[in-house]
Amino acid sequence: MAEIQNYTINFGPQHPAAHGVLRLVLEMDGEVIERADPHIGLLHRGTEKLAESKPYNQNIGYMDRLDYVSMMCNEHAYVMVIEKMLGVSVPLRAQYIRTMFDEITRILNHLLWIGAHAIDIGAMTVFLYAFREREDLMDAYEAVSGARMHAGYYRPGGVYRDLPDSMPKYQTSKWHNAKEVARLNANRQGGLLDFLDDFCSRFPKYVDEYETLLTDNRIWKQRTVDIGIVTPERAMQMGFTGPMLRGSGVEWDLRKKQPYEVYDRLEFDIPVGINGDCYARYLVRIEEMRQSNRIIKQCIDWLRANPGPVMLPDHKVTPPSREHMKGDMESLIHHFKLFTEGYTVPAGEAYSAVEHPKGEFGIYLVSDGANKPYRLKIRAPGFAHLSSLDEMTRGHMLADVVAIIGTQDIVFGEVDR
Amino acid sequence: MLEAALAVWDSIPVMIQTVTVLVIEVVALVIPIMLSVAYLTLAERKVIGYAQVRIGPNRVGPYGLGQPIADGLKLVMKEIILPTKANKFLFVLAPILSLGPALAAWAVVPLYDGIAVANIDAGLLYILAMTSVGVYGVIIAGWASNSKYAFLGALRSAAQIVSYEIAMGFALVGVLLAAGSLNLQTIVNAQNGGVLHWYFLPLLPLFMVYFISGVAETNRAPFDVAEGESEIVAGFHVEYSGIAFGVFFLAEYANMILISVLTAVLFCGGWLSPLQGVVPDTVFDIPVLGHLLGHGPHWLLAKTSFFLFLFLWFRATFPRYRYDQIMRLGWKVFIPITIVWLLVVGLMVVTGFGPWW
Repeated sequence: MAEIQNYTINFGPQHPAAHGVLRLVLEMDGEVIERADPHIGLLHRGTEKLAESKPYNQNIGYMDRLDYVSMMCNEHAYVMVIEKMLGVSVPLRAQYIRTMFDEITRILNHLLWIGAHAIDIGAMTVFLYAFREREDLMDAYEAVSGARMHAGYYRPGGVYRDLPDSMPKYQTSKWHNAKEVARLNANRQGGLLDFLDDFCSRFPKYVDEYETLLTDNRIWKQRTVDIGIVTPERAMQMGFTGPMLRGSGVEWDLRKKQPYEVYDRLEFDIPVGINGDCYARYLVRIEEMRQSNRIIKQCIDWLRANPGPVMLPDHKVTPPSREHMKGDMESLIHHFKLFTEGYTVPAGEAYSAVEHPKGEFGIYLVSDGANKPYRLKIRAPGFAHLSSLDEMTRGHMLADVVAIIGTQDIVFGEVDR
Repeated sequence: MLEAALAVWDSIPVMIQTVTVLVIEVVALVIPIMLSVAYLTLAERKVIGYAQVRIGPNRVGPYGLGQPIADGLKLVMKEIILPTKANKFLFVLAPILSLGPALAAWAVVPLYDGIAVANIDAGLLYILAMTSVGVYGVIIAGWASNSKYAFLGALRSAAQIVSYEIAMGFALVGVLLAAGSLNLQTIVNAQNGGVLHWYFLPLLPLFMVYFISGVAETNRAPFDVAEGESEIVAGFHVEYSGIAFGVFFLAEYANMILISVLTAVLFCGGWLSPLQGVVPDTVFDIPVLGHLLGHGPHWLLAKTSFFLFLFLWFRATFPRYRYDQIMRLGWKVFIPITIVWLLVVGLMVVTGFGPWW
């Protein structure tokens, strides 16, 4: 009798469910996965090495491009570590702005995740619903920084500039008549805060829409309940963070446990799962979106009531205003130094992490006192999650691999760096 | 002139006469089917588009009506790539085997009282046979492609179609029991007498099983594991390009229409008017309006369109089942339901229950 052999199948790097350039070599026994071997490195751009040859501020742009669906959170970890080493503190208003944009970013990330996860499992419509909301948040990014994705908005010492008082508006065109444009611009009449306020009041209803399509859907539950179970112990051993860890029932969130910026002044809850399966992680992320919405709302209220500076006045680190630069010799020198050499960071090393939408995103920085990092190490949550893929998928079927990749919320920008 | 033509016609041997008539009938049936297949793709993109808060194709022609033609033209112009290690003969044969039965099954579909290409007594059996043959196209495509993804898709599809064939067959046995005939014309006529007489009421579980099995048979969402774009990329037709892929596409949509029309014929009274028994019979004698409200192929069209809409609606709404879950649903849920309900139907027929028997 012929010996029955397992066969291997290449899942990716060009595969609709591979989330970018993931390549999995699957050893399969029929439809059942015996071994999953993730191959990484196809999106390696050498961010850590590149950072060693650039003045500190010029690296902020690279941080956006790590996890390219949660841009500002990456920047946040980077500017936080520099601030830590410089020993500077950020104006309170800037801290609130950062907190607010971190949460906007969290929603952006989770919206992409829910869309991709649902489309992997076969529910197409959620994806387009999620992108409808992403559009508004991207507009908020654009209003504040000029870029829809790679913002470069956070700077050591604060944020690049204060929130705008007016939103960009749609213009009439061949495709949009005046009436339609008036409808599109209805919530853009005020400033960015008004726009976000309007979004926050609409958003819970949108989350309900996704939940109507998925949460109680029998097929969705059959596809996610008891798939990719991770016990709390194993989750901690494998270095899980973020929703992956909380889905397993471990209450760990840097926003609560090591509060940074103004998270200790805000009211929000950390959702925690029970089973540690894909469904639990799904519920955790859905609830996180609602909690982020809550945080944004509190930030909006505070930011409305408390105008103030958003950048540190220490011009050794932050550039002086253009007006000063033109009229004041010292400011001109500061400006010239900052935009040519940059600032130097005292020798030493520091680690600083934020609760990134995917987990703990940390930057470990070693400085030799120069104007650029001596060594920059990025702690990307996705890397730890991906390395557990083999364990999570073993014994599951091919279709479950797709669900598990979706639940891990893998983005290759940060895994390959 | 007419007499002359008739004289020429009469001089032709009877056999050739029959063949000519049949060919004309087939062409008259197939061309509308192919057209509706083309426009079903547009309808699908539009319906799903609106379900997903977007507009759908609207660039080619007014309201995007030229889109299916443009799509077809694009597919025809593209190169058909034969994979090096594919079995060339089977590779080319598979799409044909897939589309052929989907169209052939239409021969017995009654469009109106007495109007069908072939009014045969074993119509129901013929339909079952034809829809079963369709699976060979998929299996051969998967095997001939010599690709792991395609092979996996073919295996999934084969297992799925064979399993659901059983539930589907049992559901049809229910109809057979109820109508006492395998002839589709007779089955429709047996439902005459108003909406309450249609079989979807006494055979409600069978009706639902039949339609859901139909969705599974056509490999449509949420049962589209054979294609499973997010798992095995495109399943059995991953290696096909150009019009060879297009033919699979046509077959899938032709099958969808077939399943919808059969559901309408077997369970929803085919061409029978739902207004029968609701409005007084004298209304049907009004010259134009009466024809519109009374029995007619347009009712069949309307019912078919409704079921087709359900296909599209499912696709926009549901996540995809996993392969083993589909099997479980077929074997452990649908088949027991149909068997139990067959007994109930038998009892109802014997006891002359309700308005139906």
